[in-house]
Amino acid sequence: MGYLLRLFFYGVLVRTVVLFVLGLNVRHRERLPTSGPAILAANHNSHLDAMAMISLLPLRLLPRVRPVAAADYFLRNKLLAWFALNVVGIVPLNRQRQHIHDDLLAPVAAALERGDILIFFPEGSRGEPEQLAEFKSGLARIAERRPDVPVIPVFTHGLGKALPKGEWMIVPFFVDIFVGEPLAFDVDRVRYMERYRSAMAELAQEEKHAYWQ
Amino acid sequence: MSMESLHLWIPPNVLWVLAAIVALLIFATLVVAIMRRGDTSGRHAELAARVRSWWVLVAVFAVAISFRRGIAIVFFAILSFLALKEYLSLIPTRRTDRRVLFWVYLCVPIQYFWIWREWYTMFLIFIPVWAFLFIAMRMVLRGDTKDFLRAAGTIHWGLMTMVFGLSHLAYLLVLPNGKAMPAHGAALLLFVVLLTELNDVLQYIWGRTLGRRKAIESVSPKKTVEGLVGGALTTTAVAFLLAPVLTPLTRMDSIAVGLMIGFGGFLGDVTISAVKRDIGVKDSGSMIPGHGGILDRIDSLLFTAPLFFHFMAFFYF
Repeated sequence: MGYLLRLFFYGVLVRTVVLFVLGLNVRHRERLPTSGPAILAANHNSHLDAMAMISLLPLRLLPRVRPVAAADYFLRNKLLAWFALNVVGIVPLNRQRQHIHDDLLAPVAAALERGDILIFFPEGSRGEPEQLAEFKSGLARIAERRPDVPVIPVFTHGLGKALPKGEWMIVPFFVDIFVGEPLAFDVDRVRYMERYRSAMAELAQEEKHAYWQ
Repeated sequence: MSMESLHLWIPPNVLWVLAAIVALLIFATLVVAIMRRGDTSGRHAELAARVRSWWVLVAVFAVAISFRRGIAIVFFAILSFLALKEYLSLIPTRRTDRRVLFWVYLCVPIQYFWIWREWYTMFLIFIPVWAFLFIAMRMVLRGDTKDFLRAAGTIHWGLMTMVFGLSHLAYLLVLPNGKAMPAHGAALLLFVVLLTELNDVLQYIWGRTLGRRKAIESVSPKKTVEGLVGGALTTTAVAFLLAPVLTPLTRMDSIAVGLMIGFGGFLGDVTISAVKRDIGVKDSGSMIPGHGGILDRIDSLLFTAPLFFHFMAFFYF
């Protein structure tokens, strides 16, 4: 039942909005993973980001695909928590440690152990529309723990125009999605995040974007 | 299965022309296959993709116009929506105008509703008068004057071309019976769309084989005078032959319409080229493999649809 609901949500509702109301122009689609475990690491401007990312992957992978999302935001009340966990299928992540020994990334590691494809937003929150915020180091911590899991940088443009933070009405815009090459973990986390940052900057420059201000 | 049981709305002459288009596509597919035989360089890969896309476009178009008038009108409303969305995604827009753009999109179903209701006056004035004033009001009430004129100008330009201009195709479907003789809307629609698209292909072929002198280099460096004139004249010849099958046009008028579509199609094409060049992109999108975006395919129709419509409305209805 939960899965059927999820299939209807992503297969019908989300795809109608993402593929018809918005519309995706995807570059390098062949770089997307065909099986788990894998991580899609994208910039974050809108609630639609995860929806667009999941619509990139074939429905047959849907049982495996989960967006990593902030527990404090999505589990803040019972109804939203039920929807986020069962329909959207998030992997809840606490952004603040309650206790010094808390392993915040444990749910993410467990999901990768199960072979899931995770949608991860290294910026942590949506921030200002169509602007890149500072990336946190969570992505590097995961990559260090599981160097065998491919991390694929994905740059999106247009979702923050369609549905920015604080708005409820979707306005149609075509969305550009640029899929990067998998990024393997090498020596240290700081260098890794630098490489991720420059990979994203390179993807962002592949094509000219319409000015929005 | 008999034709009646399919509940087709279009007359037999339209079906025959659709069959001829399929024959033409089979011919084109064979020619491209022969060109590509033994060729491993992938030189004609884009041409092959383009022909494959033509199959899809023709199939979608044929299904859209064959069954019911309402279905055909909805099809053109969706086409307007996709074209408008592509345009509004390409141009610079202001963050202030996000909600304004919502109203701009809402003009699409409203404009096509007038067509469905066969309300001719409203169809003509809704975008140029009501939407024009309403969008300006909505924008000014946001209170942001920076880049106001540029934003208002580009938004109205999009509405006039992608919604008002294109919707003339759909109004052909609801034209009342003419003064001279009955004409079927779907036949007129097929006539103008087929000739416009054929004209694009013919100008391309003439330009590729004989093109020497640049027609308008600063806008579209590949367009040549030979392509334009050769294509337009061939289109006129096809219009002359096809007009008795699909339209009530007299011989002289069919030549005039052929020239109008030949040269009008060119102008539509280079106008969208100018827009893309101004913005700094090559293709308007990637929805149609080998062609680019929706705008790259319908650019010529943005001119030929209203031109043909008003020629017919003035002289024949």
